[in-house]
Amino acid sequence: MTIQVFADSFDAYQLLRDYQQQLSAGSYGAMASFIGTMRDFNDNASVSKMTLEHYPAMTEHYLDKLEQQARDQWPLDACLIVHRVGDILPADAIVVIGCWSAHRRAALDACAWLIEELKFNAPFWKKETRPDGERWVESNTNGVE
Amino acid sequence: MMSMSIQVKFFASLREKTGVAETTIDAAHTAADAWDKSTGGIPQPNNVLVAINLEYASFDAPVKPGDEVAFFPPVTGG
Repeated sequence: MTIQVFADSFDAYQLLRDYQQQLSAGSYGAMASFIGTMRDFNDNASVSKMTLEHYPAMTEHYLDKLEQQARDQWPLDACLIVHRVGDILPADAIVVIGCWSAHRRAALDACAWLIEELKFNAPFWKKETRPDGERWVESNTNGVE
Repeated sequence: MMSMSIQVKFFASLREKTGVAETTIDAAHTAADAWDKSTGGIPQPNNVLVAINLEYASFDAPVKPGDEVAFFPPVTGG
């Protein structure tokens, strides 16, 4: 079970692969992952850069709690939550979640639950750089549009 | 000796609006009181969230000496 916050860009697939290699081979039968990356547009405007700020102590505390809640709800063998902070460029990975379980339903449901909880409650804030200047993103969307 | 004052933090747009990232106040009864004392009574913008000792709390939640109170806008991570 691992929570990580990185100030520099990372390869999300490499992180997932490296993490999976530490697990006992054959102990899990399903792995579900989510990777959120930066778009170069938002609300009909181009976005060239984002700066992600967080509340470090609360982030760590909150993500630990989320992971524990996921483990209480689903039989997970392992769980990885990674979030980026600092200056972010289009296509950079912002968030990575990986859930390993014996069966697909637990892995898929835990992964979907974790990203929604993180988006709506974990203390991170995005500031976008647009052609007309910088602005704070005011709220997260429902994830559909 | 551990400080028994109250540490108050502001994040993101609220840090910019109040001009304060972090400050300490001698005492406060509630989170709302901590806001008033640490901002000099700046009216709260809409949708301000509060955490006391890293847990979400309400504005009328009591604050004790030694607590950390944080104010921030709706979160936008992920």
